[in-house]
Amino acid sequence: MFKTILHHHALSGGDCAKLCCTKIEDFSVHIGRMDIFSHVHMHIHCGQLTALIGPNGAGKSTLLKAILGEVPHTGVLHYVDAKGKHTGHPRIGYVPQYLQFDVSAPTSVMDIFMACLSKRPVWFCRGKKLRPRVLASLARVKADHLIDRRLGALSGGELQRVLLALSLDPLPDLLLLDEPVSGVDKNGLELFYEIVADLRAREDMAIILISHDLDLVAKHADQVVLLDHGVICSGTPEEVFHDPRTHAVFGMLAGTPEGGDTL
Amino acid sequence: MIETIYHVLDLLFPFAWMDHIFMKNAFLAVLLVTPLFGLLSTMVVSNRMAFFSDSLGHGSFTGIAIGVLLGAGSPLASLVVFSVLFSFLITWIKNRSSASTDTIIGVFSSTAIALGLMLMSYGGGFNKFSTYLIGDLLSITPEDLLALLFVFFAVLFVWALIFNRLLVLSINPSFARSRGISTLLVESVFAALLAVVVSISIQWVGLLIINSLLVLPAAAARNVTNDVKHYHLLSIGTALLSGITGLVLAYYCNMAAGATIVVIAAAIFFLTLLFKPYFVK
Repeated sequence: MFKTILHHHALSGGDCAKLCCTKIEDFSVHIGRMDIFSHVHMHIHCGQLTALIGPNGAGKSTLLKAILGEVPHTGVLHYVDAKGKHTGHPRIGYVPQYLQFDVSAPTSVMDIFMACLSKRPVWFCRGKKLRPRVLASLARVKADHLIDRRLGALSGGELQRVLLALSLDPLPDLLLLDEPVSGVDKNGLELFYEIVADLRAREDMAIILISHDLDLVAKHADQVVLLDHGVICSGTPEEVFHDPRTHAVFGMLAGTPEGGDTL
Repeated sequence: MIETIYHVLDLLFPFAWMDHIFMKNAFLAVLLVTPLFGLLSTMVVSNRMAFFSDSLGHGSFTGIAIGVLLGAGSPLASLVVFSVLFSFLITWIKNRSSASTDTIIGVFSSTAIALGLMLMSYGGGFNKFSTYLIGDLLSITPEDLLALLFVFFAVLFVWALIFNRLLVLSINPSFARSRGISTLLVESVFAALLAVVVSISIQWVGLLIINSLLVLPAAAARNVTNDVKHYHLLSIGTALLSGITGLVLAYYCNMAAGATIVVIAAAIFFLTLLFKPYFVK
């Protein structure tokens, strides 16, 4: 009943020695009589940015929630860290797609950091000790100027970066990003991708990103997985974007990611 | 003990309204209860649970009726137990079902109120329940005050334990779960806390207006604050201020104390609404 994200009893992955990696094996989710997706296999190495693409309703967000352990599913998650030790389950960071957030809520960026990092209740927390740590976290996503702003007063892109900073403290092994379909302007989106790509290299972290912007995927991702109720095809951006099955799913428009088309 | 407190009150407030013992008791009760409402209302409003807390008031209808039918003296014990179970049930079903929250709460709330009315009208003795509708703040006894003191510290303690998790939860449940927060547990504890505070104060504040005390203080505070600390302070301040002025005003004008308190809280809300553009960043 009180299940948490810790429910994955991750087993060791045999062929992944010396590289930290996450393997998703045979994930399926059914809600009622509906198959959201079935038999999903994915293999993600650390220091890799895997982009998850697919049409609306393909089950992308549900897959992330299944990895988080929030949605009941079949299949197993294997995780092995860099030293070949089996750490049980990866520490997962998650940036949700959109916040159904009341813009009038009097919660500042600092407040939400304190709520996540401190045991003392926020209304009793002086916050002076945590402030340098929070500023450093925010600086990593170029958002340190937002520390005293109200969450509701942030733009979509700013909120996304603040949430990214939150999910990076403590540093996760696996980072799940659910990019919003709308609400983030083009500049904000590019900044977000640059930060994520930079993170992957610096922190040696495995990242799965749901994306709707094929240009940016082509530019930044190491691996692309096309999902439509199951993995249709996967590989490097080159391979996936030139695969006829991708064209079939997205129609002809998406065939040339260089063409400046956005889905 | 209580005599000493009465004496101190006489020294601090040398006014006519403080001459009566029942006013002293009511005053002490206001000091204990309104801060709790102020505290809890911050997250009732932030988690959009105004409708839920309203249904707790309705649910207590059934709790009182069962208590009276069982004849266990004061229906308070039955009321607290029933309200807590009722709140757990709604929280649990809300988490399991895909139907929208307000539908589920609406179903439970109307069922509880109908069941309560049915049981109360059993045998034709409905009138003895009317005090629960309006509430009587002046009927508080020193024993009630002692119980209130205990509840006051218990709620404060639990609040300190769950607040951070509740705040993260109010932002996004999936995000909260990704940080290892057991959302159902946190929500259930909060719901139980609300149920306890609502059911013990319903006999003094009254079923019809109890929910306004869980909504107005925070609604007023959030108009003019930008962070959690000030939000809390102002919400408690609003509840306390309207509690005390409402009590005194009700004494001089001979009106129902609970209702007067709510009207003053509402006045503070509209005042803060006017000043909103000057405060909110």
